[in-house]
Amino acid sequence: MIETLTYEFPANEGVRQRAHVGVVASGNCEILLEPAVDGRSAIVVRTSVSGFGGTWQAVLARFFARNPVAVQIEINDFGATPAVVSLRLEQALESAR
Amino acid sequence: MNQAWDTRRRRKEERLARIAGLVRDRRFEARDAVTVLQELIEPGDRLCLEGNNQKQADFLSRALASVDPARVHDLHLLISVIGRPEHIALFERGIASQVDFSYSGPQSLRLAQQVADGRVRVGAIHTYLELFARYFVDLTPDISLIAADEADADGNLYTGPNTEETPTIAEATAFRDGIVIAQVNRVVDRCTRVDIPGDWVDLVVVADKPYEIEPLFTRDPELIGDVQILMAMLVVRGIYERHRVQSLNHGIGFDTAAIELILPTYGERLGLRGEVCTHWVLNPHPTLIPAIESGWVRSVHCYGGELGMERYVAARPDVFFTGRDGSLRSNRAFCQAAGLYATDLFIGSTLQIDRDANSSTATLGRIAGFGGAPNLGSDPRGRRHSSTAWLEMTSSDEEIRRGRKIVVQLVETFQESGIPTFVERLDAVELGRSAGFPIAPVMIYGDDVTHVVTEEGIAYLYRARDIDERRAALAAIAGVTKIGLGADERRTQALRQAGIVAFPEDLGVRRNEANRTLLAARSVRDLVEWSGGLYDPPKRFRSW
Repeated sequence: MIETLTYEFPANEGVRQRAHVGVVASGNCEILLEPAVDGRSAIVVRTSVSGFGGTWQAVLARFFARNPVAVQIEINDFGATPAVVSLRLEQALESAR
Repeated sequence: MNQAWDTRRRRKEERLARIAGLVRDRRFEARDAVTVLQELIEPGDRLCLEGNNQKQADFLSRALASVDPARVHDLHLLISVIGRPEHIALFERGIASQVDFSYSGPQSLRLAQQVADGRVRVGAIHTYLELFARYFVDLTPDISLIAADEADADGNLYTGPNTEETPTIAEATAFRDGIVIAQVNRVVDRCTRVDIPGDWVDLVVVADKPYEIEPLFTRDPELIGDVQILMAMLVVRGIYERHRVQSLNHGIGFDTAAIELILPTYGERLGLRGEVCTHWVLNPHPTLIPAIESGWVRSVHCYGGELGMERYVAARPDVFFTGRDGSLRSNRAFCQAAGLYATDLFIGSTLQIDRDANSSTATLGRIAGFGGAPNLGSDPRGRRHSSTAWLEMTSSDEEIRRGRKIVVQLVETFQESGIPTFVERLDAVELGRSAGFPIAPVMIYGDDVTHVVTEEGIAYLYRARDIDERRAALAAIAGVTKIGLGADERRTQALRQAGIVAFPEDLGVRRNEANRTLLAARSVRDLVEWSGGLYDPPKRFRSW
């Protein structure tokens, strides 16, 4: 069962380009990040592990608190730990800036 | 008054006399093993069984589990690792009713059940060196069952690379008139090397098959992920480079294997070769091969051997301790002593950490123990030699001062399947209570921990001025666990300014660099190549 979660965060910084990091593999995740147009961030998470909406919310809220970037993000998750997700988000951002 | 002062010696002679008909030149036959044990062992004896975390006296433990419990019962078992099913059978059958041990990883669940059912009483869960020490004080064995590769006609034993704790058990038993029984893989005219003098050995039996041994320290680089590499980079920059750590111990695990594998790449680029990580106390980890081959490592002393590493170690006698026969000489007691007193740093992982940095791998329903970690992860108050790293742990400029061992806990904030590593309260507290232990089974006490490293950064706990600041530093790197979400962002900034917390960017660690191209070897096959074909991995690690 794939669970789909969506989140939105206020943002004010832009990024230069799109980025694709991570891999489709167990315990890992794939992240597509691209500049948003409307000054907000929108995130769609598709995860193979359901019941962790609160953890996703916390990971993303922390990321956008530190990096208020206006981006659209798609995450395809295959049971990645919060550490893997955070690292992939930071990596995607480093590549997009 | 005519007091007898040699009762132990006479008791030993009486026991050995009972089996004289079954023994020739110290040897008895494998088929007589159960009878011999039944005749020699008396109810209530303290019996030390060599079941350490690698080599197992499994022939003798199987024989012991087959004795008649009507004759042999209520033994007090001394065993460093409860690792085999028949160890538990000793409790199930009533052969042993008390146990003192260090680790029970594979049998931790069944052990907890035996304790709950009242079949066995746990004296204490020790660290290895502590258990060995008690063999010489209040837990001296009456009988010991040990394992070796070879015996000669005089009872000399050869243990090859896997000497481990055999000499310690034999010494404690033999010199207080206990009975030492060795199972060997074969009898030879002349031992390849004498690891245990025949004087200490009473009886020898050739086992039905060679002793069991597990490749416990092999980690396949294939399974190391980017997060582990990021944490390894943090450790190298934020701890090894910063404190100039030269002597150290690495626990078992993928986290520390990642560190070993980025020394020849990342560490080399930082110009650290020869400056840090020169003297090691650890088993021959295959993942250390690239660092050794790149000239990082001056010495390695080992607790035990590692399957497949025999030829490689034998070919590197400048680095490893080896005998005249060429093979590794390991010794768990000396290596634990070395890890306690002679190393500047211990780094290892755990399953749970509380807000005061107490850590434990104990979880509800399992009595697992901790092996060497409590010893290696503790500050030796008796240390009197100084080093740069040791002195860095103190800020005192008093006339009289002491340094401190660097004790690092290296963890992801969550484990796979979403279980948080940072917890309000260790499961160990409830486990200890339900098992009736006088103290909770804590692996490493928080006041011994100087650094905690997660994917979020490093908490330099030794720099915290009080308990409140310590907790804040730990929370700052605890991610989105409940503890981490309690961190105050402004306070975290202040802690970063003060150098009590460091995030990757504070240390110049770039997350985009944290990927597998940084690993000097990315597979077991790469390790074999690094070793010039000398490393011979066990089958289960061969994918080609």
